[in-house]
Amino acid sequence: MFRVWQRHWTVYTKLYKTSFALNFAEPALYLVAMGFGLGAFVQDIHGVPYVKFIAPGIIASSSMFAAVYECTYGTYIRMTFQKTFDAILATPVNLDDLVAGELAWGATKSVIFGITIMIVVALFGLVDSPLIVLAIPFIFLCGLIFAQLSVMFAAIVPGIDSFSYFYTLFMTPLFLFSGIFFPLDSMPRAVSQLALFTPLYHLVAICRAFSSGSLNGAAWSMVWIMVVVVLLAPFPFRLMRRRIIV
Amino acid sequence: MDIITAQGLIKDYNGFRAVSGIDFAISRGECFGFLGPNGAGKTTVMRIISCFMPPTGGSVSVFGRDVVRDPSGIKASIGIMPQDNNLDPDLNVTENLLVYARYFDIRNKDARRLAPVLLEFVELQDKATAKIDQLSGGMKHRLLLARALVNNPEILILDEPTTGLDPHSRRAVWEKLKHLKSRKTTLLLTTHYMEEAERLCDRVAIMDSGRIVAVDTPANLTARHGGNLEDVYLKLTGRSLAD
Repeated sequence: MFRVWQRHWTVYTKLYKTSFALNFAEPALYLVAMGFGLGAFVQDIHGVPYVKFIAPGIIASSSMFAAVYECTYGTYIRMTFQKTFDAILATPVNLDDLVAGELAWGATKSVIFGITIMIVVALFGLVDSPLIVLAIPFIFLCGLIFAQLSVMFAAIVPGIDSFSYFYTLFMTPLFLFSGIFFPLDSMPRAVSQLALFTPLYHLVAICRAFSSGSLNGAAWSMVWIMVVVVLLAPFPFRLMRRRIIV
Repeated sequence: MDIITAQGLIKDYNGFRAVSGIDFAISRGECFGFLGPNGAGKTTVMRIISCFMPPTGGSVSVFGRDVVRDPSGIKASIGIMPQDNNLDPDLNVTENLLVYARYFDIRNKDARRLAPVLLEFVELQDKATAKIDQLSGGMKHRLLLARALVNNPEILILDEPTTGLDPHSRRAVWEKLKHLKSRKTTLLLTTHYMEEAERLCDRVAIMDSGRIVAVDTPANLTARHGGNLEDVYLKLTGRSLAD
């Protein structure tokens, strides 16, 4: 597993100079456009200025997108177009090691992006408590959940175009309805109930709690993430085995 | 001594029988070729020996180890040169070798010493820092060969090693393979080129519709059936096409 992770790390550290700036760009755009733009018209939410309200959510969503891009398009391209999987499987690395490497790398990307945005947000003065660093292990675990879901999807799609379903039907709703831009208690009850079953909602809750310095209310979310990582564990391996070993 | 043996090997894909109960044994240091029309089952057999997929029935062992029970142990000592380019496009020529060596748990220090030697063997020493997409088709083939040798394999498996190459590049690959043969590396290859089989292979197995229809040295085959190896091949295969 480590060898596969290490391959991705080698490639990333080689290419990061060209892509690293983009790590900031999109989250910074959201922060400026929504936080300062929309924030000028929105009053405080639960006594928190709007831009500060959304900042922890941007940390969470950036880390989510990092793992998901890596383990949908990245994994799929390595598996099919680049035939990197074929090359690796000709070595003592077996398929389980390979899948574990993809998952670990996806979660690592979550942490890289999460920390980067955390620093940016802190520089904007939008973090109240140093406890925010305690969110990092949960960013890793939640990144693992997103990597698991993405690898599962990559294992069953017939072609690369199918990922648009994943993004439109799954990622975009998560991004919009996980309490990043508004508290879900303003939504119909069904929506806020549904959100409890999605990973991003819980990561946002954790980041927001840690950023404000009070760990209250995040306990269930921490448990939720740990349980779901374990529940999903067998499926990426099973589905990839079904796809690759005929 | 036999280094690869197959007994009653069967492989089905979704109800289609690609390989239907074949037996063969390949001895250490031998160059063994699988010939046969597209769809005869050659690549399937190679992929099973390479531990890419399990057999549906029968058994295959390499170095006396079973392909289903000990794939990692087998793969540690074989080199595979695939038919399609699967070099890592995100890495340059040398990095391709170094990262590949890591998959075999070869120490970085050793890999750094080995990479230039391998590049020189395949005459790519001038391309050490080139990107993969800057290489010609022939160079990519040679780099795939160098990469397959990273773990100093006892068996080298080559799936159509010269398909799509110009005559110069093809001869260059043949020279390298002959050199490896002289070093007692066991070579296992598939090819559609009878000239390649005659030049390199000690023995060939001619396959048709999932069965082996003949196994022998090229000389014995031509002596028994008359004509050259291509005549023998045409005589023994392709009945399903002619029907």
